[in-house]
Amino acid sequence: MADDSTIEGRGPVTTLATPIRLDFDFTPGIAQSVFLRGLARGRFMGQRCPKCGKVYVPSRGSCPTDGVPTTEDVELANVGTVTTYCVVNVPFAGQSIEIPYICAQVLLDGANLSFMGLIQEIPTDEIRMGMRVEAVWVDEADLTPSLASVKYFRPSGEPDADYESYKEYL
Amino acid sequence: MSPAGRTVRPVSIASFAQMQNVRRDDEHNEVEMLMPVVAEVFGTIGITKDDVDFICSGSTDYLIGGPFSFVMALDAVGVWPPRAESHVEMDGAWALYEAWTLLQEGEVDAALVYSFGRSSLGDLREILTLQLDPYYLAPLWPDTVSLAALQARALIDSGKSSEAEFAAIAARSRKDALANPKAQVAGDRSVDELLRDEYVVSPLRRHALPPITDGAAAVVLAAGDKARQWSDKPVWITGFDHRMETHSLGARDLTSSPSTAKAAEVAGVHDGPVDVAEIHAPYAHQEVIVREALGLDDSVRINPSGGPLAANPMMSAGLIRIGEAAERIRSGQAGRAVAHATSGPCLQQNLVCVLEGA
Repeated sequence: MADDSTIEGRGPVTTLATPIRLDFDFTPGIAQSVFLRGLARGRFMGQRCPKCGKVYVPSRGSCPTDGVPTTEDVELANVGTVTTYCVVNVPFAGQSIEIPYICAQVLLDGANLSFMGLIQEIPTDEIRMGMRVEAVWVDEADLTPSLASVKYFRPSGEPDADYESYKEYL
Repeated sequence: MSPAGRTVRPVSIASFAQMQNVRRDDEHNEVEMLMPVVAEVFGTIGITKDDVDFICSGSTDYLIGGPFSFVMALDAVGVWPPRAESHVEMDGAWALYEAWTLLQEGEVDAALVYSFGRSSLGDLREILTLQLDPYYLAPLWPDTVSLAALQARALIDSGKSSEAEFAAIAARSRKDALANPKAQVAGDRSVDELLRDEYVVSPLRRHALPPITDGAAAVVLAAGDKARQWSDKPVWITGFDHRMETHSLGARDLTSSPSTAKAAEVAGVHDGPVDVAEIHAPYAHQEVIVREALGLDDSVRINPSGGPLAANPMMSAGLIRIGEAAERIRSGQAGRAVAHATSGPCLQQNLVCVLEGA
């Protein structure tokens, strides 16, 4: 059957795969280097805004509210509060953690910015807002300037934080 | 009603700042690169972020290889309390056009425009391939230098230019760059010497290529009372337009730039004499094409800053042309200047801005 939309009888082209790969270097900058080097020492390092006094972890070198450089390095506690969370039940390609698992925003004591962490050593139905957690680090020999140095967070055993103490960070 | 491209409400380039252009800034992230530039552009006219009503930026995530870098870059300004903000995935010259349009409408009186480009973090020649049509061209991975070389070859074949002229443009640019402390590449080499450079992609020798540059720039635009309050000698935008050509390189005559010619006509380049032109022609041969499209004669001083052959931070080099042209007027070296910006492969998109002193 004559069909001028086909090429050599193989039918029309319906899809086209054009693989693209680009490699990039990453420049963390002065402020994020403080954070990353802290992780290599098993410490959370942030920076304080000289104007509003807020502590960002990790800091990108400026206060996003005031637009001024954050120059004072601040070491933060190893413990914090779960401000919000989600339980992951959906499998996806490249998943390295067994489902279900808990992903949470953790506000470290002394910080004014929460960041995402994995919560382990607790049944998924017991996670809650306000839960106090502590960071569990990899063995000292395995510490690197990367968030991979933090294995996960687990309940610290302290009583839950008062809602008022973290409601600003939801 | 005013014709398209001409100013309805006078808007001035109130302030301009740029980072020291470098081959690679390993020390700072994007926010840290931008903060001193933003501080300078406000500081030189004694204002703060609270004095601008609108912010517009130009950048592309493709250079950094990370998503939403333009959102994080806003941390360099500090947008609290919240204000109107926009971004273009274009050179900052187009961000300036968007801000200028808003000022034309009279809803705001002052705007901050900034742009940044980390050209050094990946393979720039390959990254720029991704701006091509994704079905027919990009999968073949023609890199940006090779495409520019095809254009240069076509220009030589047309009889409009020569390798010697490319070398003369490079020699003039880098000599002028000696007087520009922010330039990345400067030097005094003769045309004969340059013509002994090796080809990168024939017929383009090393000197006809722009440097790979990390950089950032910022401009404050002001209208009405603020324009006069912030400057004794305001530099006014009197015409502004941008045009683009088809993305299909095979459908274009690469030896001419009808989009530049149209933008120049609409912006009123020929309504008066032109003292200085800052042309964003990253490759030496492209200056020949743009100069012809702008209709500039030999009396016009081209790229006194050294132009993009002296520093070519992606996404910023066009905005820098506008800033440099404005500085020539502010310093009294020029009364009327033209700034040009380009984007896309082989001069696909072009913007023309006419500036005049008070």
